[in-house]
Amino acid sequence: MSNPTTINCEEALRLLATYLDGELHGAEHEHVERHLKICRSCYSRAEFERRLKAQFDELRREEIQPAFEQRVRQLISEFTSPAAGEPADE
Amino acid sequence: MSASPDDDRLWFEHATLAVLPDLVSTALRLTRNRADAEDLVADAIARAWLGLGSLRERERFRGWIFRILTNLFLSERRAHAGRPEEEPLDEGGAEFSLFERLHQPFLLWWSSPEQEFLDKLVREDLTRAIDALPEPFRLVVVLADVQGLSYQAVSETLAVPVGTVRSRLARGRALLQRALWAHACDAGLRPTAQDRKPGTA
Repeated sequence: MSNPTTINCEEALRLLATYLDGELHGAEHEHVERHLKICRSCYSRAEFERRLKAQFDELRREEIQPAFEQRVRQLISEFTSPAAGEPADE
Repeated sequence: MSASPDDDRLWFEHATLAVLPDLVSTALRLTRNRADAEDLVADAIARAWLGLGSLRERERFRGWIFRILTNLFLSERRAHAGRPEEEPLDEGGAEFSLFERLHQPFLLWWSSPEQEFLDKLVREDLTRAIDALPEPFRLVVVLADVQGLSYQAVSETLAVPVGTVRSRLARGRALLQRALWAHACDAGLRPTAQDRKPGTA
């Protein structure tokens, strides 16, 4: 049986961004999580990246100018029945 | 679909207004100009209404309208430029870590230059850094880091493989961190020895 704590710093840092994005699963996720509990240096790095990421999250919503909201409401009020199933350039 | 066109329109208006701040934020980062961003959002809303019948699960409205918005932006860019913006060939490498620039492992417990740096960043610093990214990297950073889309959702939105999303995201983030570091050096935002004295943070 392999040692569950064998992941090294290089490997942990390689996987860190994917881990913080919530896109790492299974054994790799557990290995990173375990490594961060025992390695102060990588833990500090992970905390920094997490906080930086949180700052970008704050850009998610932009204040809407009242005139633009009014424009959107007006636009929608003029819509008639949508075409059934017409593709929307997805 | 709901029972009547009025029901559809009411539902659509409610769903659209709920995501409007997110749509405008994304459009602003893509176009880098408020007037163009608002036109892009209005176009996307009109296209979404016309294609509403193709949205099979209404709980997926947010991702769906983001795809419409992003594709409209890309097709307008192609139409105006004649051809897509040249993609940088190098999607790997260019590693840069703000943490490694800031971190000082032998400082005493009260000192955290990394945290001091983050505390000094303002919204404009972040938007300026994103706006300076080359388009292929800006697209994935905006969709994944600002809007929080999964790798799979970004892949579907941009019609590129998940591996490409990963590599562009890594490169885009490295470029972002490099830009933030350069800005910090220029604007005097780097933590100084004075900042690190206990009681002065």
